[in-house]
Amino acid sequence: MNIFEKILARASERKEVTPGEIVEANIDMAMIHDLTGPLTVDSFRKIGSGRVWDPKRIVVIFDHLVPASTIRAATLQKGLREFIKEQGIQSLYDIGQGGVCHQVFHEKGHVRPGELIVGADSHTCTYGALGAFATGIGSTEMAAVFTTGKMWFKVPKALKVQATGAFKRNTTSKDLILKIIGDTGEGGAIYKGIEFTGSAFTNMSIDGRLTVCNMVVEAGAKAGIVPPDNRTITYVKTRTKRSLKPIRSDRDATYEDTLEYDVSRLTPQVACPPSVDNVKPASELSNVKIDQVFIGSCTNGRMEDLRLAASILRNREIHSDVRMIVSPASQEIYRQCLKEGLFRIFMEAGAIVTNATCGPCLGGHMGLLAPKEVCISTSNRNFIGRMGSPESEVYLANPATAAASGITGNITDPNELRRR
Amino acid sequence: MAISGKAIKFGDNINTDVIIPGKYLESIDPEELGRHALEGLDPTFPQRAREGVILIGGKNFGCGSSREQAPMALKSAGVRCVIAESFARIFYRNSINIGLPALECSEASEKVQEGDLLSVDPKNGTIEVSSRGLTLKAFPLPQFILNLLEVGGLIPHVRGLIGKQ
Repeated sequence: MNIFEKILARASERKEVTPGEIVEANIDMAMIHDLTGPLTVDSFRKIGSGRVWDPKRIVVIFDHLVPASTIRAATLQKGLREFIKEQGIQSLYDIGQGGVCHQVFHEKGHVRPGELIVGADSHTCTYGALGAFATGIGSTEMAAVFTTGKMWFKVPKALKVQATGAFKRNTTSKDLILKIIGDTGEGGAIYKGIEFTGSAFTNMSIDGRLTVCNMVVEAGAKAGIVPPDNRTITYVKTRTKRSLKPIRSDRDATYEDTLEYDVSRLTPQVACPPSVDNVKPASELSNVKIDQVFIGSCTNGRMEDLRLAASILRNREIHSDVRMIVSPASQEIYRQCLKEGLFRIFMEAGAIVTNATCGPCLGGHMGLLAPKEVCISTSNRNFIGRMGSPESEVYLANPATAAASGITGNITDPNELRRR
Repeated sequence: MAISGKAIKFGDNINTDVIIPGKYLESIDPEELGRHALEGLDPTFPQRAREGVILIGGKNFGCGSSREQAPMALKSAGVRCVIAESFARIFYRNSINIGLPALECSEASEKVQEGDLLSVDPKNGTIEVSSRGLTLKAFPLPQFILNLLEVGGLIPHVRGLIGKQ
C-alpha cells in the first residue's frame, strides 16, 4: 500500500484498503478557525449532542479576520470563544497567541506523521509536509466530526512526483509546485493523493515542503504528502512530546502515474490571473505593472520566505507607485524576524509589516484591491475578486519574485534585478 | 426524488471565491448569502435563480476554499441541484451535507442549453431534457448519499445516529 492507503487503513482499523473503497475513519486531530468555526458551532448546536467527542483533539485558531475587522466578525469570534470555554477545548490560539492556522497548527506540535487530520479550511493539506494525511472539510462536516470523531473517506488514487536536482538561486519550492499545477491543470489531481519523493524533497527544508503541500488543493488533490524522514522527525520532536509512529509507503506501493521534475532547470514562475494553473516564467511578464505586493500567507509567510524577501530588499527601496504588505505567518516567526532585524529591512525599503493574519490573501481585510489594480502575491489563489474588487488581478509568485517586482514596479525575475 | 427546473450554465473551474466572495464570509445567514451568490461572475444570478433552477457546470466545479457558504448561497438563491462534469471534493461533500444534490455527468455541459427544462433523478442518475426529448446519463448517487439527501443533509443524519430523532 502507498502512504495514503496505509494511513486510511490504520485510521479505519483495517488491514488493507484499496482506491475507490469508502471507509469510515477515526479522526486524530480537527481544526477550525474564526471564519469556518462559527458555522461549525451553529451546525453542532443543531445536531444537539451537547459535548464534543474529544476536546483534546480539537484545535481552534483565530487568523482570518484578526484583530476583528468589523463588529460582525467580533461578534462571531466572541461566540466561538464561548463555545471553546464551554466545551473545555484547551488548544485555542487567540489573537496574539498564534497566527495563520497552517503555520501555528504544526508549530505548536499538533501534527504527527501518520495521523489523519481534518481542518475546516481547504489548505489543511499543508500538514502533509510532515507525513500526515491532512485534508480540508466544510463546517457541517466538522460539526459531525466534533460529534462522532469519525468521517467517511473514499480511498484516493495516488500520483507520485519524483523531483531531483538542486534549486537555482532565487528559485524555490513555490516555483516547483506552480510548475506542477501548471502541468496538471486546476483540476488535474482531483480526488487524488500526491506523494512527493526524490532528492529535491529529501534536501528540502520543512518550510519548503509546507509550501508545496499547501498548494496541492489548487490541483484538486485531496492530500499531498512528503514521506517522513529524519528532517521531519527532528522538526516534530522539537514541537511535541507525544510519541511518534511514522508511516511510509511500501516498496511495492502502486501509483496511478509518476511525474518527473529536475528542479535545477526551473526558473522563477508566476501564476497569472484568473487561475492557478495559468503559469508562466516571471521573465516573460516584465510588461505587467503592479500596484501592490503581498508577502505572507500559509503558503509563503514563513522564516525562510521572509529571509529570502529581505535578501532582495536589503538596501533597496520599493517603487514609488507600489505598496508592499508583509505578514509574518505566526507570532513565533514575528519574534524571529525582530531578532534577525528583518523588519528594519522591510520598513527601510518602504513596506508595511502587519500582524500574522490571512486578511489580505482572501480579500478579508487589510490591503483589499480597487478595480483595475494589480497585486503580486506569495499566497495561493488568484481567482476573480480573491483579494478585493472582481476587476482587480492577482499574480502568484515566490517571495524573491514578489520582492523584486516591488522594487521595479513591474513583474520581475529576481535574477534579472540589477546588481548593486 | 425527482428534481426539476430550468438550466443555468457556467463553465469549467467555477471556484468558491466567485460563488461567494471572502468579504461575505462573516455571514452565516443563508438568505443574505443567497443575495450575493455568483455575483463575481453574474450579478443578475440571484434574480435569475429565484424561480428554482438547476445549475450546470463543467470540470472541477466548486474548486478553492472549504467555505460551506458557497453551496449555502447557491441553495438559498434557488439552486435545486448542481450538475457538473466533475466537482472539487470539498464543495461536493459540503453540497450533499447541506442537502443540495450534486451529480456528476460528463455530457451535461455540452448537451444542455441555457434555459432547458430539466428533470433529474439522482437515484437512477438520469437527466431528462424534456424541452428537447433528450435523456442524459449521470453517475447515480450511492445509497448512503441518497440516504443523507433524503433526510435533508448531514445534520439530521447525525441526529439520527445519536438517537435524537
